[in-house]
Amino acid sequence: MSESAISLTNIPRISPMFRFQWEEAQACHVLLYPEGMVKLSGSAGEILQLVNGKSTVGEIIAALKEKFPGAPLDNDVLNFLEAAYGHGWLRSVDD
Amino acid sequence: MVTVGSAALTTSKPLWLLAELTYRCPLQCPYCSNPLEIAKYKDELDTEQWISVLRQARKMGAAQLGFSGGEPLLRQDLEVLIAEARRLGYYSNLITSGVGMDEARVAAFKEAGLDHIQISFQASDEELNNYLGGTDSFRHKYEMARVVKKHDYPMVLNIVIHRQNIDQIEDIIKMTIDLKADYVELASTQYYGWSKLNEAGLLPTREQLARAERVAHDYQDRMKGKMKIIYVVPDYYETRPKACMNGWGSIFLTIAPDGSALPCHAARQLPGFTFPNVKHMSVEDIWQTSDAFNRFRGDDWMKEPCRSCVDKGKDFGGCRCQAFMLTGDATNADPVCAKSAHHAALVAEVNRITAVSLETVKTQPLVFRNMRNSRELAP
Ligand code: SF4
Ligand code: SF4
Repeated sequence: MSESAISLTNIPRISPMFRFQWEEAQACHVLLYPEGMVKLSGSAGEILQLVNGKSTVGEIIAALKEKFPGAPLDNDVLNFLEAAYGHGWLRSVDD
Repeated sequence: MVTVGSAALTTSKPLWLLAELTYRCPLQCPYCSNPLEIAKYKDELDTEQWISVLRQARKMGAAQLGFSGGEPLLRQDLEVLIAEARRLGYYSNLITSGVGMDEARVAAFKEAGLDHIQISFQASDEELNNYLGGTDSFRHKYEMARVVKKHDYPMVLNIVIHRQNIDQIEDIIKMTIDLKADYVELASTQYYGWSKLNEAGLLPTREQLARAERVAHDYQDRMKGKMKIIYVVPDYYETRPKACMNGWGSIFLTIAPDGSALPCHAARQLPGFTFPNVKHMSVEDIWQTSDAFNRFRGDDWMKEPCRSCVDKGKDFGGCRCQAFMLTGDATNADPVCAKSAHHAALVAEVNRITAVSLETVKTQPLVFRNMRNSRELAP
């Protein structure tokens, strides 16, 4: 994964260092890791829910557009994914 | 964590559950944080009782679960508890010395759904490690750390740092790099229970600390993005206390082997407390209504200088156990705080202890944490 822009053909997966799940008590999606928990915003949760180690970034964006028609989300999604890679939450399947 | 005060309390949740499955342990670390009374805990919760605790706490919002001890590997039902934890949605951690582990079990834990493993080392050289742990465990630990990574777990290596191993901190960090740890906790000894007894043999000097801190920070920078090094400073040298447990009864819940519920694993030593037991009370009731969990919640219990201090929402007046041990009154400010009237006495005591040379310290025996010593010290 290069530091800069993420390609639409990249296939992300959740890093084995984290677990992504819905937390009822927090009413949000979270990432759990040794001795900590990141609470995710609604949109971050929507995006990570689609990360499955099979879908490309392009497919993830397409799926979100279908779910939220009319929302201009390309850049937001790319920015979030880039940040998520930066935090180590995501890895490329071919990494 | 920003809010304190009684109003915020009803919403607090036991996010972290520490399940101390047993106080039996093949090691004998002289800084062990278990109570001196370990020999009295014969009546351990059974599998069904632990499962009930896991279910109740999860329902209340607990997400992080630590299986701890003593040595949790001594529980034959560990796999069963791990599987239940996974089913309930916990993120579970096995906190172990590695003694009693083998590859088959590491694989079985993975199968059952264990999320990560924390192995403790006593030092980076075999002789000192085995001396401090009171057993020949170094090689086995080393091997087990490799196995843990082979099975793709996130791995935390924990090394308790004190006067007798602090000068090897660079070797210790190199060892953790060699073992490909994801997280490294260089945890300065906290002085409760066994470590308080051994304080004179464990408290590092200011110079030792300054050096170790430089080395730790240097490696933190070098390993950025690859390995996270957490360096916990010993608070006896600070002028502001730690925000102990993130506030009393705020997010931590410890269940001792016999089912006693504690707001902090060191709390047992506080006088005038009856700690509720999960055998007789629901976890919900314990968290919400028990006197033990409400005693130091919020800030109504505080005395001066904490009561009128601007930082009381930040550190909650520090550690209650430390306040009790060092001042005789658990409602005092933690004497680590420079505003405490007892701070000067603590500094004088630290200076007195650390004026003794390392050579002399090494000739003095440590009290090892074992059942025989426990029966003698806490009959
Ligand atoms: S600190 Fe040492 S003696 Fe205490 S429980 Fe851990 S391994 Fe056992
Ligand atoms: S006076 Fe109390 S609240 Fe203020 S900094 Fe010291 S310990 Fe914390």
